[in-house]
Amino acid sequence: MIARRVSLLSSIAAVLVAVACTNSFEIPIETPIRPKLDVGAFQRVLVAGFIAGGTEDVDGNLETTRLLRSQLRTKSELRVIDSDVLPLQDVATEGRNGDSGGGGGAAAPAPPQIKEQKDLEAYEHVFANVEYWKRIGEEYQQPLIVTGTVLFTPLQRNQIVQREQEVYDSFGRRRVVPVRTYQERKGFSLDGRFIFIDGRSGATLHSESFNEQILYNANQTTPALSSYFELMDRLIPSFLSTLSSQKIKGTRILLQ
Amino acid sequence: MRIAALIIAVLAFAAAPLAADARDDAKKQVEFGISVAQRGLWREAIYRWERATQIDPTYAAAHNNLAIAYEHEGDLMKARAAYEKALELEPGNALIKQNYELFKEINDRTTR
Repeated sequence: MIARRVSLLSSIAAVLVAVACTNSFEIPIETPIRPKLDVGAFQRVLVAGFIAGGTEDVDGNLETTRLLRSQLRTKSELRVIDSDVLPLQDVATEGRNGDSGGGGGAAAPAPPQIKEQKDLEAYEHVFANVEYWKRIGEEYQQPLIVTGTVLFTPLQRNQIVQREQEVYDSFGRRRVVPVRTYQERKGFSLDGRFIFIDGRSGATLHSESFNEQILYNANQTTPALSSYFELMDRLIPSFLSTLSSQKIKGTRILLQ
Repeated sequence: MRIAALIIAVLAFAAAPLAADARDDAKKQVEFGISVAQRGLWREAIYRWERATQIDPTYAAAHNNLAIAYEHEGDLMKARAAYEKALELEPGNALIKQNYELFKEINDRTTR
C-alpha cells in the first residue's frame, strides 16, 4: 500500500518537474477561419433542394434541406428563405423531356430511382442550367442558392476489428488481451456534392464533394435517420465554413 | 599565424557573451509576450515575440509563440512559416510538434 502511494507521488512529482523544467504554459486560442466563398454580395440564401437517392428510409432531399436551413439560420449572417423544397429530380427529368425546367437535351434516360453514384449522373445537368437557376434567383430576389446531390446508401463490410477479451491463466489470474477478429459490419455511406449558385447570374460559384461512412457491429440496430444525422454532423462545419467565418477553439503551449 | 589565431580566439571569446546577451534580451521579450497573451493582449504579444526573433533568430520558443499568436489572429500562412522555423531550430521538441499538428488540422480544414 505504502509502496503504491510512494510510486504515485513520485510519478506526480516527475510530471511537475517536467512541466517546471520546460517552462511551458497552456493557453486557449480561437482561430478565426475566413469563409471559402465571398458572400458579401448576398443578403439571402435559398437552400433550394437536392437530387437525392439511396435508401428509402431517409428522404435525402427533404432532410438535407431542412438541416442546412436550420444550421444557416443560427450560424450564418445570411437571411434564410423559407420556401417549398424544389423537387429537383422531377425538374431534371422534365428538362430532359424538353420542358422549361432543368434543360438537358437528348441524353440517356434518367433512372426513376437513384440507387448508386452513376444514377446521379443522369440528373447532374440541372446544375449547369444557368437559365433555370437565374429564373429561380429572380423569383427569390437573387439570393445565394445552395443545392447539390445527396446519396445515402446502406453499407456492409467484413473487416478485421480489435476487441478486448478476458483470459485467465493457470493460476486463475485475469488478464485483458486485445483480440483481432473478422467481423461483419453494417452501416451507411453519405456521398454527394454541395453546389453554390449565384442567384443573379445562375452560374455555379463553388462546389465541394463529400464522402462520409459509418459502420456498426452487424447485431447493432441503428435507425437510418440517426446515422444520416451523425454523418451530416461531420459535414456541417465544412459546409458552414464555405459561407461564414468560423472560430475554432483549441489550446496551444507557449514556451519560454 | 600566431596573430591570426589570437584574433580568432579573442573574437570567439567576445562572441559567446554577445550570444548569451542576445538570448537574455530575447527571453525578456518572450516572457513579457507570454504575460500579455495570458491577458488576451495578442497584438502586443506578437510585437514582443517578433522583437525576440529579431534579437535572437535561433530562439525556437519565440518562433513557436509567434506561430500561436498568428494562428489566433487568423494569419495561417505566417503561423505555418513560424511553426516550421521553430521546428527547424528544434526538430525534437515534442511541444512544438504538438502545436504544429493541431495547427495543421485546422489549416487543412480551410484548404479542403
